[in-house]
Amino acid sequence: MPLRDLYAHPCGDPGGGGVSAPVLSRRGFIAATALAGGGLMFDLRIASAQAAGGVLNAFVRIAPDNRVTIGAKNAEVGQGAKTMLPMLIAEELDIDWAQVTIEQTHADAAIFGPQSAGGSRTTPREWLPSRRAGAAARAMLVAAAAKRWGVEPATLTTRSGRVLGPGGRSLTYAALAADAAAMPAPELEKVALKDSATFRIIGQSIRGVDTPAIVAGKPLYGIDVSLPDMLHAVFVTCPAFGGTMKSANLDAVRALPGVAHVVPIKGDGAPESLVDGVAILSKSWWTANKARDALEIEWDDAAARAFSSETLAEGAKAKLAGKGEAEVLRSGDPDAAFAAAAKTVEAQYHYPFLAHATLEPQNCTARFADGKVEIWAPTQNPEAGRTAVAKALGIEPAAIRINLTRIGGGFGRRLMNDYMVQAAAIAKAVPGTPVKLIYTREDDTRRDFYRPAGWHRFRAAIDGQGRLTALHDHFVTPGTGGKAVRAGDASASEFPAGLGPAILYEQSLIPTNMPTGWLRAPGSNGVAYAFQGFLDEVALAGGRDLPTLMLELLDGATELARGPNQPPFKTARARGVIEKAVAMSSWADRARLPKGEGKGFAFYYSHMGYFAEVVHVAMAEGMPVVRAVWAAGDVGSHIINPLNAVHQVQGSIIDGLGQALVGQAITQVDGAVEQASFDTHPLPRITDAPPRIEVAFVTSEDPPTGMGEPALPPLIPALANAIFAATGRRVRSLPIRPEMFA
Amino acid sequence: MAISLQVNGRAHRVEADPDKPLLWVLREELGLLGTKFGCGAGLCGACTVHLDGVAARSCQTPVGEVGRAAVTTIEGVAATALGQRVGAAWIDADVPQCGYCQAGQIMSAVALLRETPKPDDAAIDAGMAGNLCRCATYTRIRAAIRAAAA
Repeated sequence: MPLRDLYAHPCGDPGGGGVSAPVLSRRGFIAATALAGGGLMFDLRIASAQAAGGVLNAFVRIAPDNRVTIGAKNAEVGQGAKTMLPMLIAEELDIDWAQVTIEQTHADAAIFGPQSAGGSRTTPREWLPSRRAGAAARAMLVAAAAKRWGVEPATLTTRSGRVLGPGGRSLTYAALAADAAAMPAPELEKVALKDSATFRIIGQSIRGVDTPAIVAGKPLYGIDVSLPDMLHAVFVTCPAFGGTMKSANLDAVRALPGVAHVVPIKGDGAPESLVDGVAILSKSWWTANKARDALEIEWDDAAARAFSSETLAEGAKAKLAGKGEAEVLRSGDPDAAFAAAAKTVEAQYHYPFLAHATLEPQNCTARFADGKVEIWAPTQNPEAGRTAVAKALGIEPAAIRINLTRIGGGFGRRLMNDYMVQAAAIAKAVPGTPVKLIYTREDDTRRDFYRPAGWHRFRAAIDGQGRLTALHDHFVTPGTGGKAVRAGDASASEFPAGLGPAILYEQSLIPTNMPTGWLRAPGSNGVAYAFQGFLDEVALAGGRDLPTLMLELLDGATELARGPNQPPFKTARARGVIEKAVAMSSWADRARLPKGEGKGFAFYYSHMGYFAEVVHVAMAEGMPVVRAVWAAGDVGSHIINPLNAVHQVQGSIIDGLGQALVGQAITQVDGAVEQASFDTHPLPRITDAPPRIEVAFVTSEDPPTGMGEPALPPLIPALANAIFAATGRRVRSLPIRPEMFA
Repeated sequence: MAISLQVNGRAHRVEADPDKPLLWVLREELGLLGTKFGCGAGLCGACTVHLDGVAARSCQTPVGEVGRAAVTTIEGVAATALGQRVGAAWIDADVPQCGYCQAGQIMSAVALLRETPKPDDAAIDAGMAGNLCRCATYTRIRAAIRAAAA
């Protein structure tokens, strides 16, 4: 079956004869529609509890056989959302998981509300709205049964997709479908939610909904989209970021066998939108890609070619030595604290640009016809893609239909939609013909939105008791005109701000032409390494270990405000995971490790999640080998799907080890990225995965938060600190190279 | 040119450039989309298939060189008891995250177990070292192979 049939209108068409009863409430409405044949479709539009003006929508469809189809509104990128969001709805609808069929919805913020998959935001954003969606549908079914039996709704219960009444009476949801459609919808903020003690789905380990289809090799991904008469495309752009096209030998390429079209594309110059390039189209992607060898493009790229990693590093070094260009935070009296210090510690830390390296290369299929575009995209951020396509093509956003496919890895790469705009622009040149654009691996590595490199110069003041009294960080980050690049900002709330020590956080900017973007745990993935690595140095200089220093600092407050739409940072939750990690890793016994082995600790709070991790390394053949990792996390009151939660932590840990240990760094010469594939920008392999990863969750009273990111940031500093414990050598620059231990 | 292929027990005849990698013949000519493109350079293993039961990188295998070798892809690997056992172990352990690499992982795992029915941990790592998983599901890949070998 072509993918189009799998994804088009997944929630079904009510068809003729349906009875629609939309009921508006103050914050949203529910429309329950009886389907021809006795089914019931609830169309639930609910104002998000957390984002005023935003709406969430889920579809619930009850078939005559009492099977329930739940629409999954967020794309599955490996984070588990396609399984988890329907779990929330099914729980409150009070059905059995075995009754549930899950369908991916298409992208439409007006119907479904936020559909981005990034920032570990799905769980906190949907925890209440999705459950309310299920609970509201259940309430209408109960009301229908109550009316039929002439009893009060409060006397009825539900179980496994049935309403149960006095005297052993029982009706399936399917049997109540038509009546329920005529019931008034409850007010969503007031709809009763289950007592969490009675949860039967939330908290259960449930396998990924697509796991059997993946194992069977079914075509689920963007790259698998197949449409009649489809052409395949490659898109060639300037290697140096910012170059524009002067001329190209288009006709020579057009003359090659198998080449259907060669299309010059004039972009707006913005990498997140559309850059200049040439598309080669063929019935075969392999043929199109082979034709690139004959393509000669003259670029106007003199200015772009002036950028290189070498000049960037020199610029950063010069800035680092001076005073910061801007103060991000000054609290307390850092000058006085340094003047009064018994001891000071200074160190510089650096981390490189990184690529996302999703295993499914960037790709997108688009068909342009009659001023409208239909898109099949593996995107983490479909509405941003719609906006970008509309702008680039000069069409209305409403003229764009975006079908969501399963995504072969995102890690933030697919929060950008450059490949979607490119596919749409190419499709516009061949109206009526669907075009599937696929990047080569080399395109993918060299056209990323990279995790920005960073440089930190730290100073710490320590008093006579070994306590940290002041911390100064001068952060040099890519940017211009007073504005750091995307994902390159300094944060004024960086630990231990607000917890007692005087703080001076400064920032300076260096210009780059590298497009940057959000990589898993953006803003935290590099900064956590630098700060927790340096604080390990501070702790040891003060005669204590890092967990002890952290617990001392966390005594400075009970909670710290984190700005609008962010819950406060709670020190008790941080202490909870630190104590758990220390206990589960036998931290206190680490002095007994043999020579050449060591344990390191780090804690980090990001994306609303608290994680403390301990890494055990042993030196082998001149490089550190990770023997074991212990991770303790607090992501709130419930672990919605424990199986997937553990998977996310395991993956984050090995991802972090890969960033540090296998040689990942993106570098630039003549304005272009040097690395091209997995030989020069390696990913961790099974041989790099530690034999032992232990994960524990500490639950707290706050609502559940996301799992995609917060386990990653503490891993790298815990590793770096373990390497110091094992070897006496500080890892102050990433990636870790064997030369360091020579 | 016309090329005859034996894929998942069925005979096919395709018109293709003999240099065209088997990967793209499977995906574009035969509609077998389970075999994945990851790097086109034999570095990631996403395109792993079997040629006469032995794991091969289909992105590095010109279709003209396949000859009479029986090609098995993820769509056909469950035809054997071993393939079925590995697939069941993969589902039981819920190995995939994004899932994109898993066809290649399963093909490599089946080839490993055919060669080494009871691999130790070192043999599992050695047998699977050519297959990248960006989500890093390696812990469960090891567990699923151990379960399938048991």
